[in-house]
Amino acid sequence: MAAPALQVLTANRLRDGAVVYGRAGAWVETFEMAEVFEAKETADAALAGAGEDVKARLVVNPYLFAVRRDGETVRAVEEREIVRSEGPSVRRDLGKQAGGKDAGHGRAGATPGADTGAVMESFDVSL
Amino acid sequence: MYRYDEFDAKFVRERVAQFRYQVERRLAGELTEDEFKPLRLMNGLYLQLHAYMLRIAIPYGTLSARQLRKLAHIARKYDKGYGHFTTRQNLQFNWIRLVDVPDLLAELAEVEMHCLQTSGNCIRNVTADHFAGAAADEIEDPRPLAEIIRQWSTLHPEFTYLPRKFKIAVGGAAHDRAALKFHDMAVEIVRNEAGETGYRVHAGGGMGRTPHVGHVVGEFVARADILAFLEAVMRVYNQSGRRDNIYKARIKILVAALGADEMKAQIAREFDEIKKAGTLAVPQAELDRIAAYFAPPAFEDLPDDEPTSLDPTFANWLRQNVSPHRKPGYAIATISLKPIGGVPGDAGHGQMDAVAGLMDEFGLAEIRVSHEQNLVLPHVRKKDLPAIYKKLKALQLATPNAGLITDIIACPGLDYCDLANARSIPVAQDLARRFADLSRQHDIGELKIKISGCINACGHHHAGHIGILGVDKKGVEYYQLQLGGSGAEDASIGDIMGPGFPAGEIGGAVERVIDAYLELREGNERFLDTYRRVGMEPFKNVAYGEQMYAAH
Amino acid sequence: MPLIRHGAAAGDSFVTVADGEPLPAGGAIVSLGRFKSERAALLARNAPLGVRLASAQPPQELGEDVHRLSVIVYEFPVFRDGRPFSWARMLRTRLGYTGELRATGHFLYDQIAFLVRTGFDAFETNIPPRDFARALREITDVYQPSADGRSAISKLRTG
Repeated sequence: MAAPALQVLTANRLRDGAVVYGRAGAWVETFEMAEVFEAKETADAALAGAGEDVKARLVVNPYLFAVRRDGETVRAVEEREIVRSEGPSVRRDLGKQAGGKDAGHGRAGATPGADTGAVMESFDVSL
Repeated sequence: MYRYDEFDAKFVRERVAQFRYQVERRLAGELTEDEFKPLRLMNGLYLQLHAYMLRIAIPYGTLSARQLRKLAHIARKYDKGYGHFTTRQNLQFNWIRLVDVPDLLAELAEVEMHCLQTSGNCIRNVTADHFAGAAADEIEDPRPLAEIIRQWSTLHPEFTYLPRKFKIAVGGAAHDRAALKFHDMAVEIVRNEAGETGYRVHAGGGMGRTPHVGHVVGEFVARADILAFLEAVMRVYNQSGRRDNIYKARIKILVAALGADEMKAQIAREFDEIKKAGTLAVPQAELDRIAAYFAPPAFEDLPDDEPTSLDPTFANWLRQNVSPHRKPGYAIATISLKPIGGVPGDAGHGQMDAVAGLMDEFGLAEIRVSHEQNLVLPHVRKKDLPAIYKKLKALQLATPNAGLITDIIACPGLDYCDLANARSIPVAQDLARRFADLSRQHDIGELKIKISGCINACGHHHAGHIGILGVDKKGVEYYQLQLGGSGAEDASIGDIMGPGFPAGEIGGAVERVIDAYLELREGNERFLDTYRRVGMEPFKNVAYGEQMYAAH
Repeated sequence: MPLIRHGAAAGDSFVTVADGEPLPAGGAIVSLGRFKSERAALLARNAPLGVRLASAQPPQELGEDVHRLSVIVYEFPVFRDGRPFSWARMLRTRLGYTGELRATGHFLYDQIAFLVRTGFDAFETNIPPRDFARALREITDVYQPSADGRSAISKLRTG
């Protein structure tokens, strides 16, 4: 018997475009906190609930995407979702992967020289 | 450069208010996302992978120091401290908040800038030769006409809901630095046998899923008639362009379907009618008024000696990044935004501010953005070059690779873009690192690598001497190679080599292609020339060869 | 659907009639197809006549009959289909049409200024007249000529 497809709900916040993930009918900012739906019914119900949040002008474009279990961790199947959950692979100092310490919107970042970004030392093939 | 008068200033203020109202209606729920999307796209606001992306219009790629400083300020205040210069001479910010955009636009309006029509199914930013007004081979500065076209196309009531986007470029020299033949419509300034200056109009070029080289639809259009002619092209397209399939909606598809001759005939008929009405003849006074804004600076009479420096690295930069100017004693300097291993086309706020300071220090009123994602100082005194080089070097803006293999054009790709299938920036970084050795770069010579992360071809890969297209093969990033494209006056679409290479192998494949070129070339042939002489076969054999001998 | 004509709420003295349905006594708007097949009878009626065109149908299909019509209606199947802007422009300028030019179907508040500039003067819409007027005030000056005869900024500059 095939393992059920695992899914996570995601959307973008209307006001600032930030990537958010569904959890218990609310939205969280990191993939690690996202609710993993084991059953299609619960996933679909969550997506339907997200439609209310679209009407309430909280989020736009909610959808479900596939994830898989890798031991203890859960990972997105598609690279696109990995990038959305982390940030640009070529600027590891920016976005969610920077854990809230990146420069932005008038705030200086934790890493100096964040304006031009680190020059890549090696081709980061893995995402 | 053009300066807003009271009409322009009022217009852009009203436009800010108009967009602010649209955002208010969206946030209040009076507009759904479906209804709001075309409106925000008209203002260059995309929803991308991480946040909203805002594309700021830089008409014909020309900026003042004051504007550059404002862009640096916006990077700090509304984004994460950096921006990306694009293949259409615009600037993109990647971390924008919708709620900030009206205020951001108000700040841009203070320095005569805006984001209008940088996306959407309308006429987009009019691009032009980044060496305009300075190049030794120029017939006439294309920017006055580009400015006239920009104004005429701004909130054009008839052409704001076209079948698809519409990109216009203007060129003023025999050597095409603006990729005219790959635009939906392009105007080339020409001289006829009688010595009169007029316009050759091309239409139907384009990149994307189905690349096309444009056709001449107007061989010699008189100055006073140019807007009437362009309006004729737009009307034929608006009326007859396909609306049933967004992948077949560009004007290039219409030209291919009708045939160039029928397209020309339809345009000519429409042009005659518009001319009769006479409403689009541009008054000579207005032509003169706009041309005056683009008058060159008062050039000094300076000796034309080649500058020298105690810094031994200066010579490489002089040789590669400095181009001939039409005035003796002056030069055009390219500021490379392609440091080895960096993100092509990105500039930090510190760099932007410092370059603005440099412009003030050396009396440089203008800077240009090239569609190859570099910056250009058009009117530099040769004697100032060593000092400017020193300052650029300290800013990591002096990589001496303009036009060389490490001067790579890359779209943002899957690291940023919602449309992408694969990442493009890491491929550019890998290639730049592989070919970093400067003497090897000199040996290879002129080689334009262009990388797109998806079929939309924002990296212009079809026009790359070596073009790379990222594709998604069952969730893994693969890269297709194309050889022999050119965006210059010898326009050609690159030929697809064959199956794609996985991410870890594309760098090696390009190296083998380059090695083959170095072995095969005759005389002074560029890679492009050798390819056109020997064809795909020798390159294909070596590119895939290693995979057959993987155990080696 | 409420009608706005010349910027104000107006009564509609026309009935839009589906193909095959009987015609009313007064003003009637019929499809282009019906106009072509029943042309003589329709023109012979002692009542005002209008024709409704789809966005794919150029006004040239009406030929000289444009001058016999009291109303021409263009339907926007979706706001994105911008062909009616060109058709309207043709009607007002080249074809010299002076009757009512009405927009119906799916168009946005944000297109009203463009609709008016290209020659539409009547609108089947739920947008309130007050908002309609606001839409026309958002941008004072224009950069290009259109069917409304307004001077472009380039002409305003040089007088």
